[in-house]
Amino acid sequence: MGIGLSAQGVNMNRLPGWDKHSYGYHGDDGHSFCSSGTGQPYGPTFTTGDVIGCCVNLINNTCFYTKNGHSLGIAFTDLPPNLYPTVGLQTPGEVVDANFGQHPFVFDIEDYMREWRTKIQAQIDRFPIGDREGEWQTMIQKMVSSYLVHHGYCATAEAFARSTDQTVLEELASIKNRQRIQKLVLAGRMGEAIETTQQLYPSLLERNPNLLFTLKVRQFIEMVNGTDSEVRCLGGRSPKSQDSYPVSPRPFSSPSMSPSHGMNIHNLASGKGSTAHFSGFEGCSNGVISNKAHPAYCHSKHQSSNLNVPELNSINMSRSQQVNNFTSNDVDMETDHYSNGVGETSSNGFLNGSSKHDHEMEDCDTEMEVDSSQLRRQLCGGSQAAIERMIHFGRELQAMSEQLRRECGKNTVNKKMLKDAFSLLAYSDPWNSPVGNQLDPIQREPVCSALNSAILETHNLPKQPPLALAMGQATQCLGLMARSGIGSCAFATVEDYLH
Amino acid sequence: MACLLETPIRMSVLSEVTASSRHYVDRLFDPDPQKVLQGVIDMKNAVIGNNKQKANLIVLGAVPRLLYLLQQETSSTELKTECAVVLGSLAMGTENNVKSLLDCHIIPALLQGLLSSDLKFIEACLRCLRTIFTSPVTPEELLYTGPDHQTILFNHGAVQNIAHLLTSVSYKVRMQALKCFSVLAFENPQVSMTLVNVLVDGELLPQIFVKMLQRDKPIEMQLTSAKCLTYMCRAGAIRTDDNCIVLKTLPCLVRMCSKERLLEERVEGAETLAYLIEPDVELQRIASITDHLIAMLADYFKYPSSVSAITDIKRLDHDLKHAHELRQAAFKLYASLGANDEDIRKKIIETENMMDRIVTGLSESSVKVRLAAVRCLHSLSRSVQQLRTSFQDHAVWKPLMKVLQNAPDEILVVASSMLCNLLLEFSPSKEPILESGAVELLCGLTQSENPALRVNGIWALMNMAFQAEQKIKADILRSLSTEQLFRLLSDSDLNVLMKTLGLLRNLLSTRPHIDKIMSTHGKQIMQAVTLILEGEHNIEVKEQTLCILANIADGTTAKELIMTNDDILQKIKYYMGHSHVKLQLAAMVCISNLVWNEEEGSQERQDKLRDMGIVDILHKLSQSPDSNLCDKAKTALQQYLA
Repeated sequence: MGIGLSAQGVNMNRLPGWDKHSYGYHGDDGHSFCSSGTGQPYGPTFTTGDVIGCCVNLINNTCFYTKNGHSLGIAFTDLPPNLYPTVGLQTPGEVVDANFGQHPFVFDIEDYMREWRTKIQAQIDRFPIGDREGEWQTMIQKMVSSYLVHHGYCATAEAFARSTDQTVLEELASIKNRQRIQKLVLAGRMGEAIETTQQLYPSLLERNPNLLFTLKVRQFIEMVNGTDSEVRCLGGRSPKSQDSYPVSPRPFSSPSMSPSHGMNIHNLASGKGSTAHFSGFEGCSNGVISNKAHPAYCHSKHQSSNLNVPELNSINMSRSQQVNNFTSNDVDMETDHYSNGVGETSSNGFLNGSSKHDHEMEDCDTEMEVDSSQLRRQLCGGSQAAIERMIHFGRELQAMSEQLRRECGKNTVNKKMLKDAFSLLAYSDPWNSPVGNQLDPIQREPVCSALNSAILETHNLPKQPPLALAMGQATQCLGLMARSGIGSCAFATVEDYLH
Repeated sequence: MACLLETPIRMSVLSEVTASSRHYVDRLFDPDPQKVLQGVIDMKNAVIGNNKQKANLIVLGAVPRLLYLLQQETSSTELKTECAVVLGSLAMGTENNVKSLLDCHIIPALLQGLLSSDLKFIEACLRCLRTIFTSPVTPEELLYTGPDHQTILFNHGAVQNIAHLLTSVSYKVRMQALKCFSVLAFENPQVSMTLVNVLVDGELLPQIFVKMLQRDKPIEMQLTSAKCLTYMCRAGAIRTDDNCIVLKTLPCLVRMCSKERLLEERVEGAETLAYLIEPDVELQRIASITDHLIAMLADYFKYPSSVSAITDIKRLDHDLKHAHELRQAAFKLYASLGANDEDIRKKIIETENMMDRIVTGLSESSVKVRLAAVRCLHSLSRSVQQLRTSFQDHAVWKPLMKVLQNAPDEILVVASSMLCNLLLEFSPSKEPILESGAVELLCGLTQSENPALRVNGIWALMNMAFQAEQKIKADILRSLSTEQLFRLLSDSDLNVLMKTLGLLRNLLSTRPHIDKIMSTHGKQIMQAVTLILEGEHNIEVKEQTLCILANIADGTTAKELIMTNDDILQKIKYYMGHSHVKLQLAAMVCISNLVWNEEEGSQERQDKLRDMGIVDILHKLSQSPDSNLCDKAKTALQQYLA
């Protein structure tokens, strides 16, 4: 019996090891055969009842065997990739049981892997870095500093630069400007963000019509959300009370963590103060159970959809159909959701149908908790004027889209973006609709980072901070290693190094 | 106060000592305790890293005063602590400083300090003790008084107290605890038996050790936990077929022998593995197939490598330092591997030039290497096949005889034991060894104080005399002298007695040899035989003695020495009726030889023995249920019929 490895196409009628691209350990003489008819003394012989293991190490391209759980030492080195486990039987009636890991191995393979994982990690930790003294440290400091500057953490960047004796590449004022814009975007105050951008970087958006379009679409979404400044002032609310941008739990990818933090605290405080103004709406927000307030809620919805009908028609027939359904069904929420389901793909329909009940339950169970969030869930903040403004803005956006198409040709990304944004209006409760995730404050981040990058580019600064670039590079590199069959990548992930 | 005034030279240095040093000492005598404390603190700051200042203060007599303050009941703990700190600082200086401190009997004072309830003071005392005991000038006996420190520590609850430290968050603490266990368990069944049942955080200690030898743990930790498990196994607390030995400890130790490890680690790994597998053939077999261990050990002989000599002086130095250690460790492990299994021995000998290497090892200057090489050869010499081939090809006997000429007992014991094997009759080395004066040497060994050497000496002579020619036998007898032979026959060591009887038996074989020897030494030999048969000895000794008589009875002229000795004849008769079949048989052979037909005077002998009532006994024995005895009796009776 011979146990070993073969490349594709090796003659299956001969014991592994005898032919080219095949390797084997033979039980009768205990020799190893490395693509040759003559074997080398390797290990003990093996016979009935013995458990022979064959382990290929994809990191150093070697192979060793085990007998009854004892490692016999390296049998082959410099193995080619893409080998298949092979067992060759010569004696009539021979039987072999193969275990590819479905049962625990007799040999402690886990322990062997632990050793290699440690080795690879030690190799990474001890990777030789620049010879010249301080060079490495300076580079790391630059990476940190540029990251802070990029995302506009001015005070931190300044403090860091001071303590590490570095110069910040960008002027402080410029950082502050970017930070101001970023804050506005992340707060959902898109109108102001666009305006400020145009003020501070006059030609930037003119040269980037697609970016402007993206910003405006976002503005539309924020209007629906009731957070954009234009609808907020119409709603007569304290402008900050609507700002619900949460602290992002993702420490690295979210550049906005620290700037938004302070704001959030502030918002919470002012939010509390402003609840009194909307005591009437509070009942309304719990409308699913409170009959009294319900009509008011639906009324506003009703109006908005009516107004929207022609426009939405031009975008998507089936959507307008839904809105019509909604209007005709008036307050019958259940039917509304049901018809939505029909209009959408079946899976969405299912989700809608079931999610409605879920929310009802939730509302009942956690009435107090959801109060404040229900408060915000008024289309455009619940103000009629704001809704009108939003509708108007939507028309402008539609026009802009058409103009863009004429000037720059078809743009599927833009088209989809707009379509998705308008789809929000097709639902009585856009936040809980299949397209509701657009309203999630987290969606402001890509917009924010696109705008930030564009501003930096005009200053001839990198679009991405070197730190993010390095991370991306490392991730890509690991992927490339995996595709090229370099085994050590299995024991290294970028996440392991992000604490 | 030996530290006070050492030499006049010191005193002249003293004259140059600045007033400040004296000022520090003077302040220790201030009546105000607060000022004394401040003085000690200032002294502490003054001596840190300043060897000259330390020497000055010692000369000026600061040590006795500090010790006085440290032991004084009335001293505050703060003062005591500061005193201990200063003393510790002084100990950090030169070796002379440590000597001076020891002369002032600092150890008992510090040990007393450990009984304090103040942790800071205890810590300062411990630090100081550690500094003193890590100095090469401090004799260990100062701390360890009894012969069995393991038991003392064990009886004071060391196991329980150290066990929980194995789960400490600090690697250093875990490591030290592990080291403690390896020292405690070594060759100590009592400690080892306790360790297997100790629970730490719900886990048994062996399981914790197994976790510590996982392959991602630091090498030091893997190695030390493998040692713990090895010692526990050798002390009988863990079975040799337990998975934690077979699948964990053994492979771990083999890995420690790999080229990737540091030289020190490879030495320790090989030595520990040799110790683990020494008594167990199954472990020897597993080790022999694991990771090409036998070939891996061949690398131990490649230091200093030719590369290191050229490229790097520092490395050459390092290699040279470890070269001896590596070689002796490899020899030890080969010795253990080849202790029982013929195939493994063959594999070792077939490893690149291994016989040459071992033979070279026999004449190395380092006693450790020589001893290990002899052990290794001894282990391999248990193979009949290798004795006939490799041992002959490499003329192993030559360096071996040299080793035997002048070596410490340790080496002599193993070397002479190996000589016994080389003198076995089938060994082709027997001849040349005889020619090189082995008889004298072995006879010399029989006079050694060391019983192991006496046994080996007489054993080798016994092997030498087996089927040897007359001349050799005569040489042995002459060289040994009958006086020595008698001394050995009354040796307190049973082994010596047995092998001496064996020698006599081998000397007295083949008729001409028997007659020749008995003609010259007959009287003494008969005396010796009588003495032993009359003495209080076990069955084996008596049997061997009766066999000697049987041999004598086989001689032509020698027979008469028995026939004319009525005392002996009565004894033979007695043993024919003994309750032990072995002795009956031996006595029967004796009679059989005496009554044998076709030999001159057989008739007279038959008659005499019949008169003694031997024939009656023979008739009785021919009815014996023991077929052997029955056959022998019938054969003897037939001699009467013919």
